[in-house]
Amino acid sequence: MVLEMSLKQSTPKTEASNDVILEVKNLKKYFPITGSLNNTVSQVKAVNDVSFSLIKGETYGLVGESGCGKSTTGRTILRLLEPTEGEVIYDGQNINKLKGNDLRNIRRELQMVFQDPYSSLNPRKRVGTILEETLKIHKMGNKKERTEQVMNILNKVGFQREHYYRFPHEFSGGQRQRIGLARALIINPSIIICDEPVSALDVSIQSQVLNLLEDIQQEFNLTYLFISHDLGVVRHISDRIGVMYLGKLVEESPTDELYTNPLHPYTKALLSAIPVPNPFVKREKIKLIGEIPSPVNPPSGCVFHTRCPFAMDVCKQDEPIMKTLDLEHKVACHLY
Amino acid sequence: MQNVMTEEQLNVLKSDMKKKHRNLLVKRFLSNKLALSGSIIMIVIILLAIIAPFFTSFTPYELDAMKRLKAPGGEHFFGTDNYGRDLFSRVVHGARVSLMIGFAVAIITSILGMIIGLYSAYFKKLDGVLMRISDGLMAFPAILLAIAIMASLGPRLENVIIALTIVFTPSVARTVRSAVLVVKEQTYVEALRAQGASSSRIIWLNIAPNVLSPLIVQATFIFADSIIIEAALSFLGAGIPAPDPSWGNLLYDGKTVIFNAWWMTLFPGIAIMLTVFGLNLFGDGLRDLLDPHNNKAKK
Repeated sequence: MVLEMSLKQSTPKTEASNDVILEVKNLKKYFPITGSLNNTVSQVKAVNDVSFSLIKGETYGLVGESGCGKSTTGRTILRLLEPTEGEVIYDGQNINKLKGNDLRNIRRELQMVFQDPYSSLNPRKRVGTILEETLKIHKMGNKKERTEQVMNILNKVGFQREHYYRFPHEFSGGQRQRIGLARALIINPSIIICDEPVSALDVSIQSQVLNLLEDIQQEFNLTYLFISHDLGVVRHISDRIGVMYLGKLVEESPTDELYTNPLHPYTKALLSAIPVPNPFVKREKIKLIGEIPSPVNPPSGCVFHTRCPFAMDVCKQDEPIMKTLDLEHKVACHLY
Repeated sequence: MQNVMTEEQLNVLKSDMKKKHRNLLVKRFLSNKLALSGSIIMIVIILLAIIAPFFTSFTPYELDAMKRLKAPGGEHFFGTDNYGRDLFSRVVHGARVSLMIGFAVAIITSILGMIIGLYSAYFKKLDGVLMRISDGLMAFPAILLAIAIMASLGPRLENVIIALTIVFTPSVARTVRSAVLVVKEQTYVEALRAQGASSSRIIWLNIAPNVLSPLIVQATFIFADSIIIEAALSFLGAGIPAPDPSWGNLLYDGKTVIFNAWWMTLFPGIAIMLTVFGLNLFGDGLRDLLDPHNNKAKK
């Protein structure tokens, strides 16, 4: 994957223009664990105090191993899961406080592309009907205009008009993912949350979908929150990257800076796990020992101290705060 | 490249696709032996029930003391019963009653079960209440519950339908509920919520079509079951009141003379058996047919 993809050469477009489009502040999502009497015994802290912001037109990659809360973060932002605490601010409005019609209107601006292309399309409906439904929900246009728009958007994601009346099972995984993208695009949102959009696809199809995502981003001036565990994919598509561990954001940096100069020990370990094509290159490898701790009962202090090769005493007691170093590079670690 | 179609092209395309799918469906139906034979049996029985009364030379109520318990043959096709009534005419008229009850119960339970199943699966709070009620109803054996309800309502055709509806609705609701529980976890339901769809749009336009196939299959089995239970009720004297023929009544009449007049139990028995057999075949065939994932495999 890493091999065949051209790396993003452009300098991050983030600096200077601090055009924040979406701001996530101290977002928390705890899932209750209920006992036999439906009482809350304890909580799974899936997302534990995450803050970041999206800048208009950028792609923000959110990476981390499975179970670290990156998908939950995406779903909580969209209110598919009710947040436990925190604010998500879009266009001056706190999404977490919206109800009814206001919430529906904000959903025109924030859309999502899902991981599983097989269960994300209703098997009983024709592709055209699936896409048209989104327009119907938002009461846009009449029958003819809607059909026209569906045809247009299908064309944008590389389908012909004869695909309009096909059923989802007549398509392959990559094609279905493109239909999923068309569904997100059709009401003209400004932010799309991509929840591992390519992880269920073959490598050859992955690059096809990623290129489509990039083309569409330029054409519609979209902002992506790109959730993935594939560091190669994230490097290819993101302008900035946030690294999550156990429900917390541990490092955030522009892509090139992160890959050349990772600061947090967890990020270093992640990056040293990327295979290098040249077998003679010697690298310093950081191996993590042990399992990711349970989010029900996260470690005190820095959540990473149980597996960190550089752990100090202070790490067990105090929780590190996010520090901004040079070049927009932020890290939450006592080493810096 | 032209990417927007004119209205006309669109309609042509649409009717083409629909025709293709319809042809495929017909072809698959014809190649499905179970569904085909089941539906042939049912069509014959239903046609007999509708048409035959116009051709029988006797009404089901016509008494003839001279011709009591005549064996089949001659002008009495299936023989006569202990009052000298023509058995063929009574079986055919009984078919009307039995099929009508079965059909009505299947339709009403499907509608009620669908509503209860959909809402209790989608809204967790309703689930507890509705499912406990249906658990309570399901705890009674079907036939006992039906008898109890009939005993309190009195033997009448409408009451049989009401009793059987109460007996069968919980099981339909359960079937629908379990199907909905699977469907509502699918990503496309989440996608609809992400797009801001209302819960009634999600429930009726997106989840309901996906639980229709188990429901239709269940409904054909309930059709068959209610014919059997109606027969049992009438046999026990708690169903269709006496002079009117129903298959259960006929069996009841035949019971006392079973050693002298075998035809009085045999023919209604065969009628019940054939109908239930046909319905069950049809239901099994439908189950295979309605699965959308089979579309490709059986081309």
